This record gives sequence, C-alpha cells and structure tokens, in this order.
Amino acid sequence: MPKTPTADLVAGPVAPGVPKRNPIIVADGVSRRFGGLTAVDVAHVEIPANAITALIGPNGAGKTTFFNLLTGFDQPNTGTWTFQGRDLARVSAYRVARRGMVRTFQLTKSLGLMTVMDNMLLGATQQPGENMLRALFRPLWRSREDEIRVRAQSLLERFKLDTKAEDYAASLSGGQRKLLEMARALMSEPQLVMLDEPMAGVNPALTQSLLGHILDLKEQGMTVLFVEHDMHVVREIADWVIVMAEGKVVAEGAPDTVMSDPAVIDAYLGAHHETDLGTLSGQLEVAKGMESDVVRSDIEEAAKDAH
Amino acid sequence: MNLNFIWLALGEAISPTTAAYALATIGLVVHFGFTGLLNFGQAGFMAVGGYAFAITTLKLGLPLPFAFLAAILASAAFALVLGIPTLRLRSDYLAIVTIAAAEIIRLSVKTPELTDITGGATGLNGAAATFNALNPIPDGRYGIGVLTYTADQLWVRVLGWALVLIACLIVFLLIRSPWGRVIKGIREDEDAVRSLGKNVFSYKMQALVLGGVLGGLAGALFILPRSLQPDNYGTQLTFFLYTIMLLGGATTVFGPLVGSMLFWVVLSLSDGLLSLGVRSGLLPLTSTQQGPIRFIIVGAALALLVVFRPQGLLGKKKEVFFSA
Ligand SMILES: Nc1ncnc2c1ncn2[C@@H]1O[C@H](COP(=O)(O)OP(=O)(O)OP(=O)(O)O)[C@@H](O)[C@H]1O
Ligand SMILES: [Mg+2]
Repeated sequence: MPKTPTADLVAGPVAPGVPKRNPIIVADGVSRRFGGLTAVDVAHVEIPANAITALIGPNGAGKTTFFNLLTGFDQPNTGTWTFQGRDLARVSAYRVARRGMVRTFQLTKSLGLMTVMDNMLLGATQQPGENMLRALFRPLWRSREDEIRVRAQSLLERFKLDTKAEDYAASLSGGQRKLLEMARALMSEPQLVMLDEPMAGVNPALTQSLLGHILDLKEQGMTVLFVEHDMHVVREIADWVIVMAEGKVVAEGAPDTVMSDPAVIDAYLGAHHETDLGTLSGQLEVAKGMESDVVRSDIEEAAKDAH
Repeated sequence: MNLNFIWLALGEAISPTTAAYALATIGLVVHFGFTGLLNFGQAGFMAVGGYAFAITTLKLGLPLPFAFLAAILASAAFALVLGIPTLRLRSDYLAIVTIAAAEIIRLSVKTPELTDITGGATGLNGAAATFNALNPIPDGRYGIGVLTYTADQLWVRVLGWALVLIACLIVFLLIRSPWGRVIKGIREDEDAVRSLGKNVFSYKMQALVLGGVLGGLAGALFILPRSLQPDNYGTQLTFFLYTIMLLGGATTVFGPLVGSMLFWVVLSLSDGLLSLGVRSGLLPLTSTQQGPIRFIIVGAALALLVVFRPQGLLGKKKEVFFSA
C-alpha cells in the first residue's frame, strides 16, 4: 500500500492544526486539566480519513489523555469534536465504540479469566444474545455466534494466536496480550482504530507483520490513529504525523518533514535520534564523514538555528 | 446410643431453609462470582422479599401468585434504588451502600409506628397459610424412618427446591450465553468491555436486579416454614451466604446448592455430635457453649477449604491461580 501524499491529505499550508481534505475527526479547543496541570490543550486538530496517522510526543505530553477524551473515557474541561461530521463530545465510551471508533489501551486490558476466543467474541457487535431475555433462547443467537466465531478465528490466525484460542488470556505473554487486544478491537469492523503504543513489547518479527496488518486496515478503508515512540515504525507506515508536547499540537506533517523539523527534534527526538546508541555512549567509534555522523552534525546545526 | 441425629442432619440437606439459602446464594453468585459486584446486603434483599410476600398475603389478603410477584417487584426496586447511585462508582461503594441499606431495612421494619404493617419487632406470623391452602398433596405422612413429613412440610420442600432448580437453570443458560460473556468481562475489566461498545452500567444493573430478585424470592421461601422475624435478616445472614458461596465455588451455578446443603448438614451434624459428647460426659462443655462451637467448626472447615481447595467444591482451579 503506497503512502498517501501530503497534497492528498491537507487542504491548506502545512502547519499545526492544518485543515484536511477529508477529516474523520475535527477537534476544537479541547482541554483537560488535572489540578494545576494542563494535560491536554489542543486548539484545533483534524485527523485525515483513510490514512494512518501517528501521534508522537515526549512522555507526559498528553497523548493518552487525548485518546481518553476522544473515546469518552475521560471528560474534557472544554472543547468539542466531531467524528464523521457528527458531534461526539461528551458521548459515553460505549456509544463512541458503537459509532465505529474503537481504541486499545497503553496498559493492556485483556480479560485474563476468559479464554482468548471469548475475548474475541466479546468484541463483536450485533449479537442478539447479549440481550438478557434473548440470551435464554439459544436459537435466537446461535447463527450470529457462528458468524462471529468464524471472523474471530480468521483474525486470530492473522495475529498468530489461533493455537491459543482456548487458553485463558491470562496465560498469554505481554506482547501476545497486545496482539489480542488489537485483534479484539477489530472484531467490530470499526471505521477508526486508535492504538495506544501497539508495538510496545512486541518482538521485531511480529512488529513487521503487525505493520503489515495496520497497512491492511488502511487498504480495507479504515482509518488508523496510533501513538508510538519507535520512530522507525512511524516512518515506515504513517502517512501523517502529529506531534504533541505539553498538551499542545506543536507540529504536524508527513513523517520525513516532521522528523527533520528542528522544533520536533528539540522537543522530542533529541539531536541524536538518527545516530546509533553505541556512538552516543562511546561504545562505538564513529569514522568522520560516515553517513550518520554527517546527519548528526546537520541536525545539531539545525537545532542550534532553532534556538 | 441414639443416632437419629444423623438422619436429622441428612434431612437438613433438603430442608426449605437450605433451599432458601441456596437460592439467595445463587443471587450472590450472579452478583459477586460472575459480575464482580460486591453486595454485602443480600440479607436486605431477602428481608425486602420476605416482607413484601408476607404483607401481600397477610395484610392485603391477595392470592399467592401476587405475593410472589410482590416479592419479585420489591426486590427489583430495591436493586434499582441501590444501583442507580453506586454502579457508576468504584465497586467498594456498592459494598458500603448494600451493607448499610440492609441494616436500614431491618431497623426500619422494627419501628413501633409501622407495627400495623410490618408487625414491629415481633414480625409477622402465618404468611404460609395461603401457600399451604394451595397444597395439592393429600394429607398423610411421607418419608422413611425419622425423616417423615406432613403434607405441608413436603409441599414446601417440593416447591422450594423446584424454585432453586428453575433459578439454577435460568442462571446457567444466561451465564453460557453472550450475555454471560459480557458480565464476566465486566468482572475482569469494565473499561475493556466499555471500549467494545457494551453499556456496562446497564449490564451491571441487570445483574444486580437478577441476583436481588433471587434474594427476594429466597426471602419469601425462607418464611414459609417459619414466622417472619426482622432479626433473622442481620449482617450475619449475608455472611452465611458468603460462606456457602465460597464452599460451593463462587463462579459456579450449582455450587450454592452443594454449599448450602453442606453448610446445614455440617451444622446439624456437629450439633448432634456435640450434644452426644456433652451428654455422655466426653466433652467438657455446657449445652450453652455447644451452639457457638458448631459455627467454629464451620469456620474451621471453611479455612481448610480455602487452603486446600480455594476454588470451592465445584469451581475450576485455574480461575483461582491466574491473577490477571
Ligand atoms: N488521572 C490523572 N490524574 C492526574 N494527572 C494525570 C492523570 N492522567 C494523566 N495525568 C497527567 O497528564 C499528563 C499527560 O499524561 P498522558 O498519560 O496523557 O501522557 P502520554 O503522552 O500518554 O505519555 P506516555 O508517552 O508516557 O504514555 C502527565 O503529566 C500525567 O501525569
Ligand atoms: Mg500514553
């Protein structure tokens, strides 16, 4: 799946809060304070539809809090936002999910004392057996149960969890729980998937295939918004990057543009984000004129200019 | 040596009181075992059901089905009143509110001003009259040996256990349905279930009402073989129900049956054994010490069970050993 070019996403000059051609979320004046601390203070931001957007920023920047607000898990002090053109501010979390906006959690919430399969089935929608009275009559919900079981099975296969289907979710490893949570979120066939650090704790090979899954989601017409600290991942799959710092959107743009933005380097990436950790800690010799060295001095140059 | 007490103890297994305790515990299993709701006032639900039943037959003179209906409606309303303010809060709030509400009920029905309706501190007598009037079993004595019952005694046992089995069946069907999946999910992590588009508050309320109604019906069943006494509905009753639930297994549908039978048989058996020991001079006890000692025995049995079989008699071991 090719990346969506910037020109197809934006409807105006690239800057924080730039309007999008086809936004799925439009947020205005969203703020959330915890006592004296303003965790989120977003003046205006739009998330492009049918694209993969990364939300990055330093620890404590307010990314998770912003996720919580958008999905109804927390209430803002001020602000409004729309999802697919409809007002969604202060709608309760379960209604947000039913509208087609599902999220995963930074601290995984797998349901440990249920089987992996039951976790998946719980993610499905339109199961009449979830109504208390109909639940008593199996024929009323059996066929839907078979349908969602098939879907669950194929998702589990995609996420390489099919052999674990009948195990308790509590018996999964941390990374496997991340996978389960993501697969479970996809059971409802959402329009927007919001992933809070989906790659944290997932091994490199599986990260590769997860990236593939995320790209598939876009191909199937879904929109993905994800928080991630691994810049390789961001660079590889994101069409668009939004940078938060101290609760505000400080930059946005295509991955390469954003990552060479001096303000972003200064606030988040650090001057040496392109260099090997070994060269920073002095464990490796860096030959003068090597590529990374050149890049590094370029960035340091840029960072100085920014001051 | 008179060993009749063994028979009497076995008879406890099918007594209507055992059935009532089992029914109330099934309600508690719905609350605590499957949904994770901390209801420490199941005695309150039993009181509400019992009073609604007794007042409808005795004071309003309505026929039996209305009395059962009143018990159901009153306990459902009690659940709504307790649930609306607390189910959006952390689980401890429900615990505090239920324990307090149960005591409020018990103390309010005792106020002298309400004596005309509730019978005050002496309670109400004769609520079983309309029930026994409907007894289809011909007069006579039924059973073997020491365990013989009058037609009325048999009738209350048949109906009581029928009620328990119907409750078990309904809860069993619900628990293995998608509805049951949702409430088990809520027990684990509300927010996860919410993020999947389920109205968690509504499910918790449904579970609270269902378990509460089972408690209310148990309250009605409880007073069929005896008069209604407000002090039977103290906090101690709730804790007996918790004991029974842990004995049988907190996440099993049929555990409450086994737990309740075991609880009453062991109580009665230890009572018989103790009085045998006391009378024959083998035990250095007075007969007044004998009563509390049987509860010590039950407590010790429970402690052993928690050590050696924490999942209860019918529970699955895995459910206890994973801490998710
Ligand atoms: N419930 C809360 N009560 C008080 N302060 C909070 C609460 N939740 C978040 N905060 C504060 O809000 C700020 C933003 O936190 P948030 O979790 O949104 O950061 P984040 O961008 O997701 O960081 P990370 O990358 O580390 O996950 C932090 O300073 C945090 O301490
Ligand atoms: Mg976070």
